Amino acid sequence: MRKQLFNVGAILQGLGITFKYMFARRPTIEYPSVKKQHAPRFHGLHELRRYADGKERCIGCELCSSACPANAITVIGAENAPDARVSPGERHAASYEIDELRCIFCGLCEEACPTDAIVLTPRFEMADYRRGAFVYSKDRLLVPSDVGVGTPPDERPNGIPADLGRVAEVKSTMNVDRGYSATHRGEVLKTERKGLAG
Amino acid sequence: MLIVLVKSAVLLLVVITTFAYAMLFERKIMGWMQLRPGPNRVGPWGLLQPAADAAKLILKEDLTPKTADPLIYRLAPFISLLTAFAVYAIVPFGANGDGSPWAIGDVNAGILFLMAISSIGVYGISLGGWASGSKFPLLGAVRGTAQMISYELSMSLSFVGVLMLAGTTSLTGIVNAQERVWFFIPQALGFIIYVITAVAETNRTPFDLVEAETELVGGFHTEYSGLRFGSFFIAEYVNMLTVSCIASLLFLGGWNAPFGLTMLPGIVWFVLKVGAFMFFYMWLRATLPRFRYDRLMTFGWKVLLPIATLNLVATAAWVALH
Repeated sequence: MRKQLFNVGAILQGLGITFKYMFARRPTIEYPSVKKQHAPRFHGLHELRRYADGKERCIGCELCSSACPANAITVIGAENAPDARVSPGERHAASYEIDELRCIFCGLCEEACPTDAIVLTPRFEMADYRRGAFVYSKDRLLVPSDVGVGTPPDERPNGIPADLGRVAEVKSTMNVDRGYSATHRGEVLKTERKGLAG
Repeated sequence: MLIVLVKSAVLLLVVITTFAYAMLFERKIMGWMQLRPGPNRVGPWGLLQPAADAAKLILKEDLTPKTADPLIYRLAPFISLLTAFAVYAIVPFGANGDGSPWAIGDVNAGILFLMAISSIGVYGISLGGWASGSKFPLLGAVRGTAQMISYELSMSLSFVGVLMLAGTTSLTGIVNAQERVWFFIPQALGFIIYVITAVAETNRTPFDLVEAETELVGGFHTEYSGLRFGSFFIAEYVNMLTVSCIASLLFLGGWNAPFGLTMLPGIVWFVLKVGAFMFFYMWLRATLPRFRYDRLMTFGWKVLLPIATLNLVATAAWVALH
């Protein structure tokens, strides 16, 4: 009791600490006016990409839908009409819906996609007042053809990237098509992942 | 008469503005100490935050609990508010060349008036807590009353030391008596006791057991909302300003300039001293956790009171021998 009451030294020490911190650098990012730069592989809002010629990458295979652990994706595929092709393959997605309220942003859809059609962008500001507004259909997911082809998923380096989790610049990769075979890329990714898992 | 009214109106305005910005600065300073920027959204550097807060408090619904005693419940915030402002009737802020103070009224028994008014202030808290008809406010009110009695005693004793050295109870007289030596040097012990009891008197951390958000959900003002809550809030900050003013008047030489630096007018020194005190209280709040209630009482009665009495006896002996 006596010790606690008379521990003036501790009080002075505490006052010193708070005074010092008054002039310390504050880590606050004043969000709406200043935005944090996310890690390059940040998982945000989805995007459906196009090929350089404007055709949709999605072939309506529903692999993303089956990979999705949250059952957030609903795809209805349809045959491509030979004279008005939507995608280069046989089929395309007639309807593609993601419920962003169910989505856990794990990125398994991106990994499952054989054509790199569905990717997670760094965009994260999708707040809305209505629940219905969180069901994104193709009109909001698909990159408009006059804007570009979409954001390609970042290159996965071998092993864990040194800057993962660090604040880093978001690469602006709009209007860039890497131009290699999507299937090949997918395979490379899977091999690397196996290597990582040992 | 008219002059007194004008003086009162101006002073009221000054005190309320000071309250508003003291609140903003407290939030800013606490923010900085906790590595936050503090309020900075309303106006440049958050300077319009007090106006926004005032508008919010005025527009809020004024609730009265079913179990409350309506008359006393509604009266209590204004007792707090009125007593908080009443003190400024006698607080001098500076002096003219002929020694007449800048105050609304220069009362001979300034300190007695001060002690009387600040004791009435606790009625706002205890009546408000009791009339709320709710358990947390009642606990807060009981604590407030007990705390006020225990700490006011030591506080008064620390005043008496100053009174004996100055030989007057007039606040202006006490300041004039400090022209050569400020009383915090001969009354160092009294000064420390005053600083501690003043924190308890204004119910601020680490002695904020009356409010104690974490255990009493706001204590005596749990049930209050809107402008009535605002009144308690204003009263708390105005009281903080009052104890800072008293500290600078009684112990830090009032408007006397330190080290003969008389190029600045007295009022500037007074404001600086009061400001330093206000900052100290904010600093304390950002640093120290709340006392446990029994320790607060033990500290008041078994530590502060004996030391204050000792200080009083020593001062009396010194004054008698000179």
